[in-house]
Amino acid sequence: MTSGYEPVLIGFTCNWCSYRAADLAGTSRLKYSPNVRLIRLMCSGRLDPTFVLKALASGADGVLITGCHPGECHYLEQNYKALRRVALLKRTIQQMGIDPQRVKLVWASAAEGMQLAREITKFVDEMKALGPLNWPTARLRPAHRELAKVPA
Amino acid sequence: MSEKNGRERIGVYVCHCGTNIAGVVDVKEVARWAAERLANRGVVVARDDKFMCSSLGQELIESDIEKLGLTRVVVAACSPHLHEKTFRAACARAGLNPYLCEMASIREQVSWVTADKQVATQKAKAMISGAVERVHYHVPLEPLRVPINEATLVVGGGIAGIQAALEIANTGHPVYLVERDPSIGGHMAQFDKTFPTLDCAACILTPRISEAGSHPNIHLLTWSEVEKVDGSVGSFSVAVRKKARYVNTDLCTGCGICVEKCPKKVIDSEFEVGIAYRKAIYTPFAQAVPRYPVVDDVNCIYFEKGTCKACQKFCPTNAIDFEQQDELITLEVGNIILATGFDLFDARRIPQYGYGRLANIFTSLEFERMCNAAGPTEGAIVLRDGRTAPRSVGIIHCVGSRDRNYNPYCSAICCMQSLKFAHLVHERTGAKVYNFYIDIRTPGKDFDEFYQRVLEEGTLFVRGKVAEVTDASRLPGEEGKLIIQVEDTLAGRQRRIPVDMVILSAGLEPRRDADEVARQFGISCSSAGWFTEKHPKLDPVSTMTEGLFVAGCASGPKDIPASVAQGSAAAARVISYIEQGELSLEPVRAFIEAAKCSGCRICNDLCPFNAITFDEQLVVSEIKTALCQGCGTCVAACPAGAISGTGFSDEQVLAQIEGLLMFNVEELALAAEQA
Repeated sequence: MTSGYEPVLIGFTCNWCSYRAADLAGTSRLKYSPNVRLIRLMCSGRLDPTFVLKALASGADGVLITGCHPGECHYLEQNYKALRRVALLKRTIQQMGIDPQRVKLVWASAAEGMQLAREITKFVDEMKALGPLNWPTARLRPAHRELAKVPA
Repeated sequence: MSEKNGRERIGVYVCHCGTNIAGVVDVKEVARWAAERLANRGVVVARDDKFMCSSLGQELIESDIEKLGLTRVVVAACSPHLHEKTFRAACARAGLNPYLCEMASIREQVSWVTADKQVATQKAKAMISGAVERVHYHVPLEPLRVPINEATLVVGGGIAGIQAALEIANTGHPVYLVERDPSIGGHMAQFDKTFPTLDCAACILTPRISEAGSHPNIHLLTWSEVEKVDGSVGSFSVAVRKKARYVNTDLCTGCGICVEKCPKKVIDSEFEVGIAYRKAIYTPFAQAVPRYPVVDDVNCIYFEKGTCKACQKFCPTNAIDFEQQDELITLEVGNIILATGFDLFDARRIPQYGYGRLANIFTSLEFERMCNAAGPTEGAIVLRDGRTAPRSVGIIHCVGSRDRNYNPYCSAICCMQSLKFAHLVHERTGAKVYNFYIDIRTPGKDFDEFYQRVLEEGTLFVRGKVAEVTDASRLPGEEGKLIIQVEDTLAGRQRRIPVDMVILSAGLEPRRDADEVARQFGISCSSAGWFTEKHPKLDPVSTMTEGLFVAGCASGPKDIPASVAQGSAAAARVISYIEQGELSLEPVRAFIEAAKCSGCRICNDLCPFNAITFDEQLVVSEIKTALCQGCGTCVAACPAGAISGTGFSDEQVLAQIEGLLMFNVEELALAAEQA
C-alpha cells in the first residue's frame, strides 16, 4: 500500500464451491483484500475466455478464476475444461503483450473460505507488484481510480 | 458499453442487515449514489432498509413494483444462496417475473470481509453497479417442471437402506432395493449385541429384513450391482447387473440340501470375516433374505474342473442352473437413495499391532462373529485354537482412526463398541479386561451410563496410544502372551501389559470403490472419501445432485440409530417429491439456436451428462433440456455463439463486468465533462 496503487480485479466463481467459499469467508468474518469483485457463474466451465478479455479491456488489472477442486466439480469434470482453457488463454494474452500472471486459476472447495481469502489477498499482492495494466481500451477515468483508492 | 439504456425501470434496495452491513458500509450513501449516478442506467428508485428480508422490506419492493412500475429489481444484501428465493418470491407476488431480480452480496463479500469503511462503501457501489448492468439482460423465465417417477432405487441393503425402502414402500410406492451381496442385512447382520442396550442385533434386525423381503412394494435385487446411471431427478434410468447365482430363484425353495451336499469348503471371508468356512454354494447366514443360495463360481468344483454338480443332483426342485448368465436390467426411477455403507479399516496396515501375524489378535468384526451365538464358536470367546478361554484381554481403541498416518477422523462407534466388548468378555469369561484409549467419547443416549457400568464391572482403562503388540517376551510372566507396549499417559510411564487376547477396534472407512460410485452417480466425496451431503447440518441426506440422497455410513461414520434416522429422513425427502408429482427446477439451462449452429460438434463431447445430441439430418446439435444441468461449458465453447445459457448469458456476464468496473459510470462522467 506504500505505492498507493490499488489494482481493480475481477474474479469468477462457480456457484457450488468457490462462491460458497466466499460466503464462508464472509460468515467467518475473514478479512481479505477488497480489490477483487466477484461474478458468479454456474461452473468454472462456463468461463468464456471472452469474459476475461472483456474484463482486461474494460479496466481490470487482473482476473481470478476459481472453481471446485479437480475431481470435485459439481458437474463432474467441467473444471478440467476450465483448466485447459485457462492454459490456452494465458498463452494468448502473452501474445497480446499481457503478462500471463494477470490471469490466475485457483481451486477452492465450499469449505475453503480461509484458503480463498488467502488466495485473493495473494493475487492482489501479485498484481500490486505488477502494476497497472492500462490496456488502451480501458479508458480509465479518474472516478474509477478514486473508487478503488484506499485512504493512506 | 451496453446498448440497453434507460428502457428498464430498476429499483435498487440496500439492506442494513441490522449493523451487519450498515456497521461497515455507508448504506445511505450507497443508496443515494445509486439513485443519482445510476439514474441514467435505468435506476428509478434506490432505497435502504434495516432488514430487506423482513416482511416490511419485502412489502417495500412489492409496493414499488406496483406503484413505480419497476421492471427490474436489484437487492444489495446477503448472499443469494441465503435470500435469493425470498426476494424472487416478493417480485412474483407483485406480478414481476421472479427471474428479473438480481442480488449483490454486500454482506458476505463486502461488510464482513473488509475492515476499511470507505473501501467497503466503494466496493458495495461497484457491486450494485454490476448488478444493475446485469439485470438489464435478465429475461423472464419459468421454472422447469419435471414429472417424478414414483419408483425409487435404494442402493445398499444395510439397515439404513432397508429402513429407507420400508418407509417408502409403506406409503404405497414401489422401491427397488439393490444389494451386491447375496443377502440384505449389511454389517448389522454380523453383529452380536448392539450398544448400549445390549439388544441382540439379529433379534431386532431379522424382522426388518424379512419385512423388506416380503413387502409387496419392495423389489429386491440382491447379488446385483448398479452399472450405469443416466437421466436426472424424476426420470433416472439405471442399469443394474444381476450377477448369475446359478440358482433359478423361481424354482428354489431355499431348503438348503444343495449346501449340505456340496463337497467344497472354503474360508468365508465375507460374512464370517475369515474365521469360519462355508460351502461353494451358500447362503451367507441362516436368516438371509432372500433365502436362495449363490454358487461361488471361483471356488465351485464344477467351474474349476467341469465335474461334480452334486448340488444339481440333489436339488429336489431342479433349481440349479450352471448355464445362468449375468443379466442386465434397466430400472426407471424418480429418485435414488445411496446407502452403501462402510468398509472396516484393514488392521494389517498397522504392522506394529501384529494383526495377521500374531494369532490371538482379532479385529472388531471377527470378535463380533465370535461372540455371536450363530457364529463359528457359537458365542464362546476363545483363542484361535478354538478351545482356550482367555484369562486376560486387551482392547485397543482408535485403530486406524484419529491417527494422521491413517484416518484423521473419529470413527464415532469404536468407543462404545469397545466398551461393549469389554462387558461381553467380562460377562462370558470373567477375564481381566484392559481398554487402551485416547479419549472416551460417549455422547449418545445412555452411552455414558454404559461406560460407568463397564467401569464398575472392573474393566481397567489405560489412557494412551498403544505403541506395539508383540510376542517377544522379556520379563517373567510374559512367556506365551501378547505384550501390549503402551505409554500410560495418566501414570506418566511406559507399561508392558501381557494378555492372552487382543481385540483391535478398527475404524470405519469409505467403501473401497466409493470414488467410482460417486462418479457413476455424479456426486462428490469429501477428502476422506465419504459422500458429500448438500449441507452437513441443514441438509444431511441430500446431495448436490437433485433426486439423489444419501443415508447411513456412506456419508460418514454413524451408529445404528443415526443410520436408521437417516434412512427415514432420506425416505421422507423422496416421499415428498413423489407426493408433489412434479418438481420445479431452476431454469438455468443451455439452448442451441439451430440457425446459428454450424454442426461442428465441439459441444457434443463436452457435456458430462450426455445432454447434447447431434441431428444427422439437420446437421445441428441439440440439447435435451431434461438432461442439461446448466453448467454452461458448451455455451463457453461454441465457436459460433449458437448456444445460450439462461440465467447466465454472455450478455449478462459481459454487462456485469462493465458494471463492476464502473465502465458505466465512467462513460457518464466522460459525457458530463464533454457537455
